[in-house]
Amino acid sequence: MSEQDVLNPEQMPHDPEKATLEGKNKFMGFWFFLGGETVLFASLFGTYLALKDSTNGGSTSEELFGLELVFIMTMLLLTSSLTSVYAMYHMKNHDFKKMQIWLGITVVLGLGFLGCEIYEFYHYIHGEHFTMRSSAFGSAFYTLVGFHGGHVVFGLLWITALMIRNAKRGLNLYNAPKFYVASLYWHFIDVVWVFIFTVVYLMGVL
Amino acid sequence: MSVELEFIQVFLNNIKLKRKRGLNMKDWMGKIRTLSLFSFLVIILSACGKDNLTALVPKGYGAEQSFNVIIISILVMIVVFVVVMAIYVYVILKYRQRKGQEDQIPKQTEGNKTLEVVWTVIPILLLIIIAVPTIASTYDLADESEKEDSINVNVTGLQFWWNFEYPNEEIQTSQELYIPVNERIYLNMMSSDVIHSFWVPSITGKMDVSPENENTMYIEAYEEGVYWGKCTEFCGDSHSLMDFKIVAVSQEEYDQWVDAMQSTDPEYTAESATAQEGQELFENSCISCHAIDASSNHPVVGPNLADFANRTKVAGINDFSKEEIVRWIVDPAEVKPGNGMLDAPYLEENTIGQAEAEKIADFLLELKATDEPVDSVQQFRENEANDN
Amino acid sequence: MSTMVATNKKGFGATLWDYLTTVDHKKIAILYLVAGGFFFIIGGLEALAIRWQLVKPMNDFVSAGFYNELITMHGTTMIFLAAMPLIFAFMNAVVPLQIGARDVAFPFLNSLGFWLFLFGGIMLNVGWFTGGAADAGWTAYAPLSTTSLGEGVDYYVLGLQISGAGTLIGGINFLVTIVNMRAPGMTYMRMPLFTWTAFVASALILFAFPALTVGLFLMMFDRLFGAGFFDPAMGGNSVIWQHLFWIFGHPEVYILALPAFGIFSEIISTFSKKRLFGYTAMVFATVLIGFLGFMVWAHHMFTVGMGPAANSIFAVATMAIAVPTGIKIFNWLFTLWGGNIQINTPMLWALGFIPTFTLGGMTGVMVAAASADFQYHDTYFVVAHFHYVIVGGVVFALLAGTHYWWPKMFGTVLDDKLGKVTFWLFFVGFHLTFFIQHFLGLMGMPRRYWVYLEGQGLDLGNLISTIGAFLMGIGTIVLLINIIKTSVKNEKVSGDPWDARTLEWAIPSPPPFYNFKQLPLVRGLDPLWVEKTEGRKGMTPAEPLTDIHMPNNSFLPFVMSLGLFIAGFGFIYQKYDLSWLIVLFIGMGITLGCMLIRSVKDDLGYHIHKEDLKKEAEE
Repeated sequence: MSEQDVLNPEQMPHDPEKATLEGKNKFMGFWFFLGGETVLFASLFGTYLALKDSTNGGSTSEELFGLELVFIMTMLLLTSSLTSVYAMYHMKNHDFKKMQIWLGITVVLGLGFLGCEIYEFYHYIHGEHFTMRSSAFGSAFYTLVGFHGGHVVFGLLWITALMIRNAKRGLNLYNAPKFYVASLYWHFIDVVWVFIFTVVYLMGVL
Repeated sequence: MSVELEFIQVFLNNIKLKRKRGLNMKDWMGKIRTLSLFSFLVIILSACGKDNLTALVPKGYGAEQSFNVIIISILVMIVVFVVVMAIYVYVILKYRQRKGQEDQIPKQTEGNKTLEVVWTVIPILLLIIIAVPTIASTYDLADESEKEDSINVNVTGLQFWWNFEYPNEEIQTSQELYIPVNERIYLNMMSSDVIHSFWVPSITGKMDVSPENENTMYIEAYEEGVYWGKCTEFCGDSHSLMDFKIVAVSQEEYDQWVDAMQSTDPEYTAESATAQEGQELFENSCISCHAIDASSNHPVVGPNLADFANRTKVAGINDFSKEEIVRWIVDPAEVKPGNGMLDAPYLEENTIGQAEAEKIADFLLELKATDEPVDSVQQFRENEANDN
Repeated sequence: MSTMVATNKKGFGATLWDYLTTVDHKKIAILYLVAGGFFFIIGGLEALAIRWQLVKPMNDFVSAGFYNELITMHGTTMIFLAAMPLIFAFMNAVVPLQIGARDVAFPFLNSLGFWLFLFGGIMLNVGWFTGGAADAGWTAYAPLSTTSLGEGVDYYVLGLQISGAGTLIGGINFLVTIVNMRAPGMTYMRMPLFTWTAFVASALILFAFPALTVGLFLMMFDRLFGAGFFDPAMGGNSVIWQHLFWIFGHPEVYILALPAFGIFSEIISTFSKKRLFGYTAMVFATVLIGFLGFMVWAHHMFTVGMGPAANSIFAVATMAIAVPTGIKIFNWLFTLWGGNIQINTPMLWALGFIPTFTLGGMTGVMVAAASADFQYHDTYFVVAHFHYVIVGGVVFALLAGTHYWWPKMFGTVLDDKLGKVTFWLFFVGFHLTFFIQHFLGLMGMPRRYWVYLEGQGLDLGNLISTIGAFLMGIGTIVLLINIIKTSVKNEKVSGDPWDARTLEWAIPSPPPFYNFKQLPLVRGLDPLWVEKTEGRKGMTPAEPLTDIHMPNNSFLPFVMSLGLFIAGFGFIYQKYDLSWLIVLFIGMGITLGCMLIRSVKDDLGYHIHKEDLKKEAEE
């Protein structure tokens, strides 16, 4: 497939993200990468579970966590996952504008989540004097949730960069796989959050 | 070669005697034992090491349990190795390319299902032979059913020495763990810094001594004697010098020793003139870390010196002599790099030189619970002096 | 061959730039080979220093602190900076060729993987020059590692983190390459065994390395940012590190060993002139070993106090690995059976490997028996065991592979006589060094001992061991002489000097940069052999001659890795002075900036036109 074909949106097949060998490779490679990421978060969850009661006399999860804010965060992130599905739906229909709009909504929701998380951490650190150095529980909490937050930041930067870069030229076979894997990444972040919500917050309060 | 003879003797005892605790006495053991002789010859040929250090001449329950599994697995493995080597040598001799055969193309065989099954199933069976006694002895060695009724010792590992506290007897000592023979002793082990590991090859396999989880194991020595213990978890500069001993004594000697330890005097005053001067120096520079009576109330900071004069070694490693004691006090960094005594103020202030150290040594040599060391310690000191 | 000539004519600067920016898997293979070889020599010198310190009791050749740095860096260097990259060297050099691909799936990431590894490796060794390298053992058990003074362990953490990222990228790259880029007809069950083992090893990398990544992050937070994961005073638990380390560490053994098995499978089959006996069983055994490799990590922790149930389960699971390993040994033996065995240097290594690795596997079963391991654990018995596996298995394979694939990588054949000298020196030296160590361990010598006392019956064994180590050192020097001699002589050979069986031998040595002018049609296991037995000289093409799409070179991977290298110093020294955070931000900025450039700048590659290919063929 020559350069013109790759970049020509007129000849777009139904699955633009997997139409080229490069696209197929990217698609599969990214799935493998998510497999590795799963082990990464599994290790972090294991560590957190081992240390969640090691509060060293400091704040415990029952004292710290409330479900209200976390519920809002969960809703924001779950919805953002849904909106990124819409974006990919429009990508398959070659409707670049709608895809951009839905990705934009995804980014806004993600930013909302991030804002809540920053507020939450700020509150713990300054309100409750609960930091990474407070106890092994503190270290494990900030590391697990912080790693997830870091992924959110990276995902937002990534999607935003893609949107800006391709705003003028639209969708083609070269950038379709990029959009697609970015949305995969976003789903993964969402799934991890569901586990964090359950393991850290629900189990921490109950 | 006394070690080798003893080795055979232990082995023969193994065959003849019924052990008190039954798990290793299953019937299958007897059958395997006859075979074992063969492997023993192999090992004997390559020497077994020092009598009270080697794992190959077990003199305690744990070491013996491990040893049995070692022997079973070696035997099975020798069988496997012989089979592999037989095929290996045969194919190389038979099918090696000879001059003029360069262009011959052998038959391209794909494989053979029967053979594949054979060399899958037979190894599984062989592994079961090893796995069964392994699991049995693993459980046996973790048995804590007799803990309540046995002597308990709280073992603390520190960089780079060991503290032994007898909670029921309310005494503590360091570097040398006194136990009565043919008794189960339960060790409750924790570290107060990094991870160490407690290993006395002739008596028992090892168990880690960790800073956050207390580990329990039991030991039992079959014969009186002094056995070398080694730290086997990498713990810093003097990891290789963190030796300790198990001193296994008769029940009678043990009781006497406990009594004597219980009556060590915190207010002890030195007898000889130099020792009195030494005591003064000691009280200025050493007493904040080292207790001179065996009460278990003292916090574990530096080794307890209540029974110091009856030690087998100085600092766990050097021959027991005044000279070595002095060297240790004057230059602890040379003897055990990175040890805790390097933080002692006297080193920085340079208040203790050769002369002062000798006086302190005189004082330390008066610190003893019993007038004479127990028989095994005396014997050990003599042997060590002869060996070196 | 015009491209080769063109390369030779290039000046030094141009060649250097070429290698700094290359995305060609064959050149990256050479980079891995050179860098891995360099670290192998460094690690070997550390080993010799260790053995010299232990040549006699209470020796004082090195101080206790320096000795601890030596053993730590020897282990870390050999595993992460020598064995891993050398395995990657052969995976890069051979796997795309064996499956009939023109390149790997992600040429850019391939290059990034290498530079991350290299900068990570350098980072690990920076400690030597800043007051002491890491000294907590290659396993870096907390709390010894978290309380170790100075920056040595920080360099260990950051260095491994960076090089580990490179390895992970490499693993994903090979997985995708093997799944997506096989030539027409190259089904999974026709893949050469080396490709299969590379595939399974890559999967192991993918699922094992993240555990190390997390472990290293936790250790970094503890050491540099005041967290308390492994600090008992804060409620932390150091056993978590051990679990994370070994969840990575045990599969790591198979990440190294499986490709080694693959190399020997190729060599044994080629020089017996027979197809691999029980190919299906071999593939099955490879996958099974990879799978079981994840179930057994806690057999490194029998003495931690996990209790008899956990100990027994992990003991039995570990023993189970002996079964597929045994299957492999017997299948190799029966490949030899009935063959026409040509004994040259690569084959000699393979033949030396079989009994050596059998011993290593046998002691593996022995140490798997938990209650017996209470005696072996952390003694020289274990040191002997894993050197039988890692040297007797992996290093033998790497040396065999070096001789076997040298012609494919460089177009020349290493001198066979010198090769055999290397083999015998190394082989004899190896067994002298390590066989006796089984007994030293049982006689009461723990590992990582800076000195051993006089009069403990350990003197003779240690002396023999040291002599053996120096023989291995001499063997390595002979290999270097061989390499220099062969390179100076520069006698080019044909594409198929061994009369071999797999696809990489169907193209010239060294291959043109696009590998296959036309993708080959694979018609069976050992595709080249299939064609040869039917009287053809080479492969039948699966496609007409068309334009070939090639990736562009890029300098970004180098800069990106350099950025992380710089950031590493910021991470470390901010613990003394927060103004070092600037360095951290600069470094991360460089790396993230490169990622942004990579993301927004189109890189569509270029095409070699078929007219040029034709012209080249006519020349």
